Amino acid sequence: MATTVTHLKAQLGAAAPVSRATRDAPWVRWLLTAVALLFLAGFLVLPLAAVFTEALRKGVGVYFRALIDHDALAAIRLTLLAAAISVPANVVFGVAAAWAITKFQFRGKNVLITLIDLPFAVSPVISGLIYVLVFGLQGWYGHYLNAEHPWFPALQAWLVAKDFTIIFAVPGIVLATTFVTFPFVARELIPLMQAQGSDEEYAAVTLGASGWQIFRRVTLPNIKWGLFYGVILCNARAMGEFGAVSVVSGHIRGETNTIPLHVEILYNEYNFAAAFAMASLLALLAIFTLVLKSFVEWRYATSHKG
Amino acid sequence: MSSRSPRSVLPGFGLSLGFTIAYLSLIVLVPLAAAFIKTSGMTWNEFVDAVASRQVLASYRLSFGISFLAAAVNAFFGLIVAWVLVRYPFPGKRIVDAVVDLPFALPTAVAGIALTAIYARNGWLGFLEPVWGGVVGPDGHVVSNGLVQYLDQLLPGVNWGEWLGLKIAFDRPGIFIALTFIGLPFVVRTLQPVLEELEPEFEEASATLGATRWQTIRKVIFPQLLPALITGFTLSFARALGEYGSVVFIAGNKPLHSEITPLLIMTKLEQFDYRGATAIAVILLVTSFTLLLLINLLQSWTRRHQRA
Amino acid sequence: MSIIAQNIKKTFGTYTALSGVDLNVPDGKLVALLGPSGSGKTTLLRIIAGLEFPDEGSGRIEFHGEDVTNVDAGKRGVGFVFQHYALFRHMTVAENVAFGLTVRKRRDRPSKSEIADRVNTLLKLVQLEALGKRFPTQLSGGQRQRIALARALAVEPKVLLLDEPFGALDAKVRKELRRWLRQFQDEIGITTVFVTHDQEEALEIADEVIVMNNAKVEQVGSPQDVYDHPATPFVYQFLGNVNKLQLPWRGISADESDSPIIDEAKKTAFVRPHELEVVRHRAGTETEGELAVVRSIHAAGSIARITVLRGSSEYIDVELSRQRLEELELSVDDPVLLRVRRSRTFAEDYAI
Repeated sequence: MATTVTHLKAQLGAAAPVSRATRDAPWVRWLLTAVALLFLAGFLVLPLAAVFTEALRKGVGVYFRALIDHDALAAIRLTLLAAAISVPANVVFGVAAAWAITKFQFRGKNVLITLIDLPFAVSPVISGLIYVLVFGLQGWYGHYLNAEHPWFPALQAWLVAKDFTIIFAVPGIVLATTFVTFPFVARELIPLMQAQGSDEEYAAVTLGASGWQIFRRVTLPNIKWGLFYGVILCNARAMGEFGAVSVVSGHIRGETNTIPLHVEILYNEYNFAAAFAMASLLALLAIFTLVLKSFVEWRYATSHKG
Repeated sequence: MSSRSPRSVLPGFGLSLGFTIAYLSLIVLVPLAAAFIKTSGMTWNEFVDAVASRQVLASYRLSFGISFLAAAVNAFFGLIVAWVLVRYPFPGKRIVDAVVDLPFALPTAVAGIALTAIYARNGWLGFLEPVWGGVVGPDGHVVSNGLVQYLDQLLPGVNWGEWLGLKIAFDRPGIFIALTFIGLPFVVRTLQPVLEELEPEFEEASATLGATRWQTIRKVIFPQLLPALITGFTLSFARALGEYGSVVFIAGNKPLHSEITPLLIMTKLEQFDYRGATAIAVILLVTSFTLLLLINLLQSWTRRHQRA
Repeated sequence: MSIIAQNIKKTFGTYTALSGVDLNVPDGKLVALLGPSGSGKTTLLRIIAGLEFPDEGSGRIEFHGEDVTNVDAGKRGVGFVFQHYALFRHMTVAENVAFGLTVRKRRDRPSKSEIADRVNTLLKLVQLEALGKRFPTQLSGGQRQRIALARALAVEPKVLLLDEPFGALDAKVRKELRRWLRQFQDEIGITTVFVTHDQEEALEIADEVIVMNNAKVEQVGSPQDVYDHPATPFVYQFLGNVNKLQLPWRGISADESDSPIIDEAKKTAFVRPHELEVVRHRAGTETEGELAVVRSIHAAGSIARITVLRGSSEYIDVELSRQRLEELELSVDDPVLLRVRRSRTFAEDYAI
């Protein structure tokens, strides 16, 4: 039915010029388009261009030397590690949450949806802070390590023996990254799966498919683009997060610095060329993310025609 | 939350909901609760001292004021950008549409140093600084007037130089620019779907009833966009309040003048004043959650009232 | 395979979808569940399929005498065709049809070539053998419906359940497809239940019609039976057009009716438009019948419809053949006499 209507509209549109009533005067169109483009160019494109210009200001040699610096490589490795743990964790969570929320009726569902979005409302600095409170040596985790009669004494002994710290160390960075990227996958999948409904899953049930078969062969193919979309955004944020990671990182060069933190250190040392060289990696990631995102949107739009 | 399994033929209810709640609690709820629990251990006076000292109050004024201004500017330009993207065809539209998301994709630290590089005195837009704040000689005398000095002459009695800042980077205008940058997509992305679903029939009906184009926009289109515009504004405002990465590089961070609230939290943390940091964090958290609640209320109100 | 459902109750929160419904579908028949939207018919169908379950402590479903109340949908052996088909949009038509076979455990699963053969046979059966490689979005509504049917039949179900099978199709395709379904069911002889809100559809193809309203079954019977002898005012009004005549009316007496009149004071007679006879009224000649005035005449189509006004506000529709209309030479404002061939009287104050 919907296709018929669109088709009809297309035909009408072809036959008659677009209704004058919904058209703005040419000068209005020109003016607004110019304002919009200038605003976007000035506020968004210019900073992006500045990153690459500053990065290459001292020449290609300096640029690449900055990237293969020992500490730079360590920062890159840590950033990849944090993303490699937090993104899959949030993918599993996002799929589970979307499945529970869209396939079943239960009380408190709207509260749950709101709670999932909470991390987006929390300042990055606070995201880091709360992990310091829980996992810092002054926090609950520290109390546990120093407790005289702890739960699971063996665990305490092991943690103390291994000198296992979370804050100002890699685990803290992974946790903070997981927190700030928490909602991305779930909030892409929930509306998508709500819109798609459950008829195909029910059809699979009547045809004798098992739970895993339903998910693998019916649900997953239908949500794959939405899932991919969520993963790209989640990954971009995971690799680029600054505030939260800055709080929980010990800022130890070569050990607990991610790329954004390394950018900050270089910048504060007035090593601008190197700082912008590292920043250009993240800018490239941003461009890559936007290109992929547009591609997914286009793919999604074309696969849902008709 | 009821965990009673609704009898459904689709499997996995207990597993998926159980995992969701466990993971949500572990990653989000328990750490957030920690902030409130930590604060509940403070006496009222300690709390007030921490969240209402002169320095902290100055940071609220700065953060709330500039975030509001940036969100308002984003609401205005975001409306124009969304309108142009939905209504007018022009070459390269797909690319422009993608670029709108740049602030979501570009890490805040990168945005921060890039904006600083552009607006610093020797940057691409460094020429704006004397236009804005004039040129002040080494002896403190104004060598040539900028907009701020003209404003001083036009409306004396207010210390405009202090309020608006004389520089762009490393001063208050820089904070405004950074917060505008990070907030823009919220307005555009909230308005776009609403504009796309706006049936041309409304405008045609309005036109057949004799309304001018401007009347149609004001009385027919704008009221339908208003809830989304407010939502976008609020999202942009909330994001700006908590923003840290892009601001610290460009703000100059002068005490009592250009220190934003998240920076104060960071400073207290670096001094191992966890209680002070947490108390301020609680104020910001409560503000953000209230804004989130308001948006949810607005959206459910809109759903109920615009389902015609 | 016969289907028996007993005392099925289903509530969603405070909303009652089914309040103690019984149903009996004889083996090999094509049965229509007919009712307006919200009458509970789709819920009943989904409960039969095992997609929903009756409320705790109520209800029993039997297939061929075997209790399947607690059997999962996948093991009941039902073929279910969804209102919007629910074809897997990322699979080809052939993959859709094969799905039910390919998800079987390895030891029960037919070989690849057997599956391909089965798919081909089914596509031939639904007359779409050329479309196996297409995707659902490339098919018309009627084709999708038949593919959904083929997919449901691939697992060799014992009963076939269809939810509003023609609901999403346009009028012409609807008619073709329902005739095709009737022939198809005759050929393969599978016990079939379909849900519809279209009385014409139900009356035309079903062996038996179950009329539902307000979470209850109103009447069960053959199409002719429910049309000619409606059990309740609801069925009367739902199946075809009806005039509600204010009594008294010459020629209708409460005693003649085969239904008890509950409230003598507010009684109404139900008469279908074609059950009224019209004659010209000439002063002083005939007196038998009720006096009315012609208000409008619609002669387009095979049957003519006229609207007459009795008294000051009672509009009555009458259907008659074109030939009869021409014989009468009626025009607007002519006085006429109305006579009733058959009617049913009910108390006026029932709820629909």
